[in-house]
Amino acid sequence: MKALCWQGVDELTVEQVPDPGIMNAQDAIVKVIASTTCGSDLHLLGGYIPMMKSGDVIGHEFIGEVVEVGSEVRRRRPGERVVVCSIIGCGRCWPCRHDMWSLCENSNPTAGITDLLWGGSTAGIYGYSHAMGGFRGSHAEYIRVPFADHNAFPVPDDVDDMDALFASDAVPTGWMGADLGGVRPGDVVAVWGCGGVGQMAARAAVLLGAERVIAIDRYPERLRMVERQAGCEAIDYTATDVDAELRERTGGRGPDVCIEAVGLEADSAGPMRVYDEVKQQLHLEQDRPIAVREAIHACRKGGTVFVLGVFTGFVDKFPLGALMNKGLTLRGAQQHGQRYIPMLLDRISRGELRPAQLATHTMTLDDGPRGYDMFKHKKDGCVRVVFRP
Amino acid sequence: MKRVVFGAATLLATGAAVARWLASRGRAPAAVRDPRESLRWLGVTINLPREEVMPDGAPPQPLARLDAEVRAERAPGDRGTELYARPRRAVPTGPMAVLARLRGTDPRQEVRKALRDAKSILETGEVLRPEPESVRVHGRASAVRKAKTTPTAPKARTESVAQPVRTEQTGERRQPGLRDRVLTLAARRAPGEGRL
Ligand SMILES: NC(=O)c1ccc[n+]([C@@H]2O[C@H](COP(=O)([O-])OP(=O)(O)OC[C@H]3O[C@@H](n4cnc5c(N)ncnc54)[C@H](O)[C@@H]3O)[C@@H](O)[C@H]2O)c1
Ligand SMILES: [Zn+2]
Ligand SMILES: [Zn+2]
Repeated sequence: MKALCWQGVDELTVEQVPDPGIMNAQDAIVKVIASTTCGSDLHLLGGYIPMMKSGDVIGHEFIGEVVEVGSEVRRRRPGERVVVCSIIGCGRCWPCRHDMWSLCENSNPTAGITDLLWGGSTAGIYGYSHAMGGFRGSHAEYIRVPFADHNAFPVPDDVDDMDALFASDAVPTGWMGADLGGVRPGDVVAVWGCGGVGQMAARAAVLLGAERVIAIDRYPERLRMVERQAGCEAIDYTATDVDAELRERTGGRGPDVCIEAVGLEADSAGPMRVYDEVKQQLHLEQDRPIAVREAIHACRKGGTVFVLGVFTGFVDKFPLGALMNKGLTLRGAQQHGQRYIPMLLDRISRGELRPAQLATHTMTLDDGPRGYDMFKHKKDGCVRVVFRP
Repeated sequence: MKRVVFGAATLLATGAAVARWLASRGRAPAAVRDPRESLRWLGVTINLPREEVMPDGAPPQPLARLDAEVRAERAPGDRGTELYARPRRAVPTGPMAVLARLRGTDPRQEVRKALRDAKSILETGEVLRPEPESVRVHGRASAVRKAKTTPTAPKARTESVAQPVRTEQTGERRQPGLRDRVLTLAARRAPGEGRL
């Protein structure tokens, strides 16, 4: 089958690779209908995520049709249109049972790496390195879905492909940031980053009752999109001092909940960008935590900062003093999609969420390398590229 | 030249980082060594009651096949059962342990793997098999998988469309290969589980 493969830093190719097969009795094989680029893939492409191997199929946010199921699959059937959570859960370990699916203890066959790096292993993720299980990704014609009963969710007939697609990753990730960030009616919420994840976090905060939501980015088209779609305010971080702006808009308090949806390749209009870039290139820090620092500093006393952006290792100039003295709560996680996907599909079918707007560009897999080039450099107003194999 | 210096700096930084992680966990040849290193129990927590983890006191498979001491205890709260094991035969310590781990002959490695597998079998009924690494299919398209309900569109062409993504990166390229090799070696502390 055809697949989009990582070959090395900033190098992708379209290849013919072997079709996947059932390897465990609880697996399903899904024929991919649509699969989208995600900011996390940019971290793979930049070489920031360890343990990628040349030839790895990337992609993790997708919908498809079940074409084959293993002998122990009970709930899924061939022919069903399903959205598959980007993060694999077994559904039966203690974290899965407690709805912390990205901490699953049985879905990562190469758990040794994350256990070494972080003192605890995390769940498998499709197309996301050999530290996250080495699963082949979804930018392909077919994909193996382990523990299919727990990870593949039937899509209601009235939800179309493009909306359902983002229920795999961007929508539940954004929702988790607002939900576990503790957004309550009346809150002021600030969201750093207006990619697919940040936009969905902003919308989730609105739906959870936040009185004001303020989204931060530099791309005008993304800022206009989030204003329109999420119904929130926007700040261009290249045009103003974000901290001062947030303080002025919140009576000097700062936002109650700060959601970081930028990740380890954060940018900045100021000198911190150069400082962090140099340290990162010298491996003196793995990640550029620019938006995390800003969020901690801006957050109101006693507030919560939720880190949705992906980080891998150590960072520098972490404002622990502000965190401790202001009594902040800091949380983060890879998304616990299985906890939210059925509820989110309901909301999509009721029209409360319209994630299809994120799909600014649609292509075939053959155009994969070009699609990633557009997505990486945000060319032509690109928010997400969707591949239809 | 720039590359060599960069490579050396990468190796040093990665090595130092790994050494720091190891030292922080009492694994490096540091001044203070873990006095219980050779006696420690390896443990996993299984989300099931003790009677289901060790019915009639018998250790679960594949642990039962190993020459290991096994015990189980109720975990606090609702956390299930703590299953512990350690090899009966002597385990290497200090530098010998590092060598044994790299060679894959430290008996704790198979105990750790068996503990993880036992947990997965008890909780889910199976152990997830890792996928074979992606090998390019040369010369011909692989067999077309037929959808059971809707017919699959014919497969497209076979040759690779090598079109590297161009980036505007100006600095030295990052070199993940070296970092990953160090990580892989470090993670050999026990296959399938770093903690040992
Ligand atoms: N936690 C999870 O499970 C999960 C799931 C999906 C994605 N992610 C992560 O979320 C992050 C965002 O993903 P995405 O798909 O939206 O990516 P994206 O690249 O489309 O968007 C990132 C946005 O952040 C903006 N940005 C950069 N620096 C900024 C700064 N200092 N302040 C404000 N905005 C800034 C960029 O301009 C860009 O628009 C990535 O790190 C990705 O890895 C996490
Ligand atoms: Zn993602
Ligand atoms: Zn699990």
